[in-house]
Amino acid sequence: MHILIIEDDKEAAGWLMKGLREAGHVTDLAVDGEEGLNMARNGDYDVLIIDRMLPKMDGLTLLKTLRKEGNQTPALFLSALGEVDDKVEGLRAGGDDYIAKPYAFSELLARVEVLGRRKTAEPVQTRLKVGDLEMDLLKRRVTRAGKEIQLQPREFKLLEYLMRHAGNVVTRTMLLENVWDYHFDPQTNVIDVHISRLRGKIDKEFDKPLLHTVRGAGYMLRAD
Amino acid sequence: MPRARWTFRLLKTSTFRLAAVYLVVFAISVGAVLGYVYWQTLKLLDEQADETIAAEVQGIAEQYALNGTPGVLAVIKNRTRLDTGGLYLLATPVGKRLGGNLKSLPANVLNNEPGWIEFAYVVETPRGLTEHKARGFYTRLEGGYHLLVGRDIQELRQFGKIIRNTLIWALGLTAILGIGGGLLLSRNFLRRIDAITATVRAIRSGRMSDRVPLEGSGDELDRLAAALNDMLDEIERLMRGMKEVSSNIAHDLRTPLNRLRAQAEDALRSDDPAEHRRALEATIEHADNLLKTFNALLFIARAEAGQAAAGFSELDAAEVVREIGELYQPIVEDEGGSLKMTAPETLRMRGDRQLIAQALVNLLDNALKYGRRDDEPPQITIGAEVCDGHICLFVADRGPGIPESETEHVKDRFVRLDESRSAPGSGLGLSLVTSIARLHGGELILRDNKPGLRAILKLPRDGKT
Repeated sequence: MHILIIEDDKEAAGWLMKGLREAGHVTDLAVDGEEGLNMARNGDYDVLIIDRMLPKMDGLTLLKTLRKEGNQTPALFLSALGEVDDKVEGLRAGGDDYIAKPYAFSELLARVEVLGRRKTAEPVQTRLKVGDLEMDLLKRRVTRAGKEIQLQPREFKLLEYLMRHAGNVVTRTMLLENVWDYHFDPQTNVIDVHISRLRGKIDKEFDKPLLHTVRGAGYMLRAD
Repeated sequence: MPRARWTFRLLKTSTFRLAAVYLVVFAISVGAVLGYVYWQTLKLLDEQADETIAAEVQGIAEQYALNGTPGVLAVIKNRTRLDTGGLYLLATPVGKRLGGNLKSLPANVLNNEPGWIEFAYVVETPRGLTEHKARGFYTRLEGGYHLLVGRDIQELRQFGKIIRNTLIWALGLTAILGIGGGLLLSRNFLRRIDAITATVRAIRSGRMSDRVPLEGSGDELDRLAAALNDMLDEIERLMRGMKEVSSNIAHDLRTPLNRLRAQAEDALRSDDPAEHRRALEATIEHADNLLKTFNALLFIARAEAGQAAAGFSELDAAEVVREIGELYQPIVEDEGGSLKMTAPETLRMRGDRQLIAQALVNLLDNALKYGRRDDEPPQITIGAEVCDGHICLFVADRGPGIPESETEHVKDRFVRLDESRSAPGSGLGLSLVTSIARLHGGELILRDNKPGLRAILKLPRDGKT
């Protein structure tokens, strides 16, 4: 993916670029708001990572300007302002996701990859398929290798989210946000227990596991 | 305090100014009323006298036309004898007095045109000769005879003077009494304000326990003093809290920082890459825990300053309870325990859904960590209900509970009971829940669940703080 980082803290940006490159992405850096706006206008990026507090033009204004011009590149805000209100502000300005500093790199990487994938995803899907696991969103039915699997409503939502982001790492925080709509750090391993129950239903009686734990980051659903 | 300065301050009090303004208004109205009466009375009396004089002049002129000067003299003599209070004088064209009770014509009258004049004349009183004021009508009869008919207006003028003096005295007395009363009132007021000021000064100079004395009368100054005392109590409580927190922060943040540093130092001495890796992972874990503590502290500070209420909206508390219960059910069951949920269909209220969920999660974490006896599985109930007009969300366990003497103390920051010191945690969980409750205008109640602990989040429905 081609990623533009707009961040005035050069050291932080350096770590970020190094990490993203190691994960196989191409990165550009802009160190102030105006430069960032120009690069975002002219370059063909898959994801923008924007710091909220920037010299010359703040991140919110920058993204609002881009969106007004019709630029729909997925954008993720980075901010030291971590309260829920600040998040809402960022999302209203056209941001697609928001991550508070300090963050775990694995969390950021997972979110950036999900955002980059979103751009190319088909708009409406009624069936999801990962390997031999299939989900019918209309009939709300899940089968693996043709065998029906009974899921609780929340388990269904959890699996749907994992299937929509198959091949991507999803973190515990992302799951709590998107499946339960709660925006706090899961303190205990509540999410892990839900995952392990789901795993018991979709993987246990089958040879090849689909739901993998990514150490230090989260989970990934993938076929191979 | 020097006497002069005290008096000066007395004059500057609002009570005194109010009294002064009232006094001026009162004096002006009294003056206006009395002045009007004075002016009207004098005018009426003057008019009466003038009418009498005019009638007499008319009568005498008619007499003159009929009987000439002898007739006039006879009328004058008659009137004088009856002592009607009139003054008369008839004189020849050259000014020689022919009759009447006036001794002579007043000076300058001879050259005057006929008309109203005021003059002085000499009267005999038991105390001797004195000069009285008179008002009269002077005219010339046919044939050049001078006629003056008048009235003594000395008494009239005296009367006016008495009224005028009364007026001035009345105003003077009003002013003196008014100023005196104003000073008296402001002295009382000033004395009490000084008591408040003295307390405030004492507190500024560090005597935090000083309080404004109350008179016990329940008047507005007493109410103000009581409100000030309440505020001072609150400030003192907050300051005590701050002191406790800063010493706790020093301990609870320094300890993990120290550990973190020691670990890194230790790893640096080793040449084993596996050891390095292990140390780095532990460092991140320590840093994360520190960040959590910082965030919790920051949140509590913001909540106590009442800044975080922006995210309030309509929500269904019963639904939040069900969702959080459902989120925690698997983990409780994994530990071999049970999590029961009791909530009505819906419980509408105003609040911040995220924060209420956060509070419930903290209470559930506590119940999981501390709410069980030895190796018994946890038995937890999470629920929502209406309780005296409020909404009560509760998490109850059947563990060892908290001694009643400690139920207030454990809500403070960094407080951890000795029994739980060994378990992981920052000691901020219940403070955070307390802050969230306060932000919603509610409270956190810790009660004996017989056995165990029942933590109740009692919140008002309208979310008013």
